[in-house]
Amino acid sequence: MESSVIKTARGADIRLYSGGTGPALVYLHGVTGLMTDDPFLAALSERFTIYAPVLPGYEDSTGQDDVDDVLEFALHGHDVIDALALPVKPILAGHCLGGMIAAEMAAIAPNEFNQLILIGALGLWDDNLPVPDLFATLPFELPALMFNDAQLGQQLLSSGMDFNDPEFLTDYLVGNANRMGMAGKLLFPIPERGLARRLYRIKARTALIWGESDKLVTPAYAEKFQALVTSAEVHKIPGGHMVHYESTAAAVDVMVGFVGG
Amino acid sequence: MVSKIKERELAVKFTWFNLMPWPHLPENFREEHRSVWVDIPNKLYDPVEGHKVYNTYLGQLEYAEELGFDGIGVNEHHSNGYGMMPSPNIMAAALSRRTSKAALVVLGNSIALYNPPIRVAEEFAMLDVISGGRLVAGFPVGTSMDTNYVYGTIPAETRPRYAEAHELIKRAWAEEEPFAFNGKYNKMRYVNCWPKPIQKDPPIFIPGGGSLETYDFCLENDYNYSYLSFSGYLRAKQLMDGYWERVEKSGRDMSPYRAGFAQTIIVADSDEDAEKYYREHIDYFYNRCLHVYPGFADAPGYRTIKTLKAGVTTQMTRQAVGNVTEMSWDQLIRDGYIIAGSPASVLEQMKKLIHSLRVGNIFCLLHVGNMTDEKTRRSSKLFAEEVMPHLRNEWPEYAEDNRFWTDPLPQISDRQAVPAVGGA
Repeated sequence: MESSVIKTARGADIRLYSGGTGPALVYLHGVTGLMTDDPFLAALSERFTIYAPVLPGYEDSTGQDDVDDVLEFALHGHDVIDALALPVKPILAGHCLGGMIAAEMAAIAPNEFNQLILIGALGLWDDNLPVPDLFATLPFELPALMFNDAQLGQQLLSSGMDFNDPEFLTDYLVGNANRMGMAGKLLFPIPERGLARRLYRIKARTALIWGESDKLVTPAYAEKFQALVTSAEVHKIPGGHMVHYESTAAAVDVMVGFVGG
Repeated sequence: MVSKIKERELAVKFTWFNLMPWPHLPENFREEHRSVWVDIPNKLYDPVEGHKVYNTYLGQLEYAEELGFDGIGVNEHHSNGYGMMPSPNIMAAALSRRTSKAALVVLGNSIALYNPPIRVAEEFAMLDVISGGRLVAGFPVGTSMDTNYVYGTIPAETRPRYAEAHELIKRAWAEEEPFAFNGKYNKMRYVNCWPKPIQKDPPIFIPGGGSLETYDFCLENDYNYSYLSFSGYLRAKQLMDGYWERVEKSGRDMSPYRAGFAQTIIVADSDEDAEKYYREHIDYFYNRCLHVYPGFADAPGYRTIKTLKAGVTTQMTRQAVGNVTEMSWDQLIRDGYIIAGSPASVLEQMKKLIHSLRVGNIFCLLHVGNMTDEKTRRSSKLFAEEVMPHLRNEWPEYAEDNRFWTDPLPQISDRQAVPAVGGA
């Protein structure tokens, strides 16, 4: 996976991970960001040419002050794709927060995408199925919320973290404030910004991939998306909210099958 | 009376403050509930008992004026078991008609939460006019618990909204013709503040918790910076030193009236009596009232990166406050969490507080936790009569500095303050 920085027309410097072979696929990460040597991207790159931009506020991507509301998040996404200058329309995929942004992008510019893949996407809200409060979740509680296998989650999310080291703690708090401060613009206090009223506009064929035991965005939300998007199929596979890290091969298979079909 | 007001203006200011805690949190509160704030279930609140509690607390604030305190203080919290004033302006309005001398120290309105914030300009103006110019206007950013978790403000928007609200309120007070305000969060075609306050520039107090930007904001505007901490004056020293360093660097004068501090104070006939009669209420406050779930303490994005890099984090977790309930009485006093004892002991500790923090405003937390009315009044009376008079003249070189206090009408008009029913 190659790491580079691209500049958007708005002036943001965006960290980009790219590589692989196959159809072009833009992947928007979720609220926890990408992982070091991200295992999902590595698996995906065997079947797709991946472009994974990092959201402003995450890692060293800049421009968070220019992206405040749902329209600006969606336009930022389009700015990034414009900056990639791809010869073909890419497949657009997103997980969690990235799924919410991807859905907004496809609703705002329905002719830009033929295929859309949403994995455990946020963006809808049902009073009877409240999404847990990510912003009141302590770091050590996060793996159990995000993963079906909390131990795997612990390993992937918290490796190398030592909260007793004051220097680490300050760095962590700064990074967390940058990341979650940015995510909060779309997700706080309730991760809903009117997407349900715009989903009808999506023309892309859509795959909805959900973890069977997603505790953050429960699997019932897949059907809620399906009911609002013109052409959508639901695929539930074993795992929690981070299903593509827990059932990586199965997730990639679904994506390959969907794109081929 | 004029001379009395004059005398008050030229001395260290004491504001009698009541946080208005719910005094009936169950003994096993800490075990049964994760937080006193945000998600504390309101089945723990009994409105009939609440009627008594509110009126007792308001009575104490009125009594504080009788005792000669310069100000009586109220503040704003939401969904909070130790702070039952979601609308401090309602409390101040109730007090404005029952008092005639004390400043109404509203500390304050979380201006980012009022929509549109012109509401604060209007209500504060109303309070200032009703009270004859006795308003001290507090503009806190608001805690993350109140502002983000309870009222739903996006953390990253908290400070920009605050800054915009501040600009709008100040302009609304200053302008004499309607004007249009094109803010990011507030679009108003006709900003037109009726009434406007009696005091041309009501004194503005900013309660802060160590945000560096807040120091500069206070200095740029000549606002009072007040540190409201529950861990006492000794642990506040480092923060206040940082503030004064900033004042000095800015080239401004070092008037102690630029700063204030809140301190838990208990006065009894003897040191022994202070512990004997008041320890249980200290324990109630620190054990039950300050039981805040760490997940609510600091929404990511609420603090600025600059402040986080300076290592400033929340003051509200047990780790930050310290495990007071396991400390001996002597240690509580030695470490400055509380100032307590006989009048002579309290006087000595108060002098240390005033000079070590360089403050001209003291917010006296003389009601603590579930303290009874009788004990509260007794301690307050001893403080007012035997301690306060000896602390008035601690900053003689700044005796002329009245920039940071109220400028009321010389005569509180045609009306008399309505006596409290069954008043003391």
